[in-house]
Amino acid sequence: MRIVTSVAFLGIAVAGLLCLVRLVRGPSLADRIVALDALLVVIVSGIAIDAARTGEGTYLDVLVVAALLGFVGTVNVARFIERRGA
Amino acid sequence: MLDAIAAVLILVGVALAVAAGLGLQRFPDVFARMHAATKPATLGLVLVLAGAALRVEQAGDVVKLLLVLILQFITAPVGAHMVGRAAYRAGTELSPTTSIDELARDRQSGWAGEGATDED
Repeated sequence: MRIVTSVAFLGIAVAGLLCLVRLVRGPSLADRIVALDALLVVIVSGIAIDAARTGEGTYLDVLVVAALLGFVGTVNVARFIERRGA
Repeated sequence: MLDAIAAVLILVGVALAVAAGLGLQRFPDVFARMHAATKPATLGLVLVLAGAALRVEQAGDVVKLLLVLILQFITAPVGAHMVGRAAYRAGTELSPTTSIDELARDRQSGWAGEGATDED
């Protein structure tokens, strides 16, 4: 299991980096919020993999909060884009 | 045996996350990128959380994972819909390879019901 989760962490790191590149490059605000959303999913996956690695559920509360806050952020930025334009 | 199933689930979920990252880099416009980025938000997360649920020791942790899953399944489509709608209405450019844009006529002639729906 340690080997599997190490490989999984590597994949998570690659995916997070790719999301970060898109977050920096843009070009529009919508691109950035899509990238941020994907990055949040990657982070949630990473914490879940850590729980699978150790068998401990200490950080699972963070998952609930992250999933909720991500949604609130996405919706607010989407409304902002719609009002302000691109 | 359970560990093997968990390992496969986690690895497939991570593969989807990597594919989403690649899609974010390679695809030409916001909408194509959303298509790639919303896959791990549901399917990928289900797989990873299921893999974690097979590994955690306490039953309460499985409930937490299930809660995350339910929240994500309710919020991910709503969020993606709002981002896509906002991006299109804000006039984001479509990729030149787009073959059909069925909302183009509405966009050019001004949105029907503009103002009525805008302020929620």
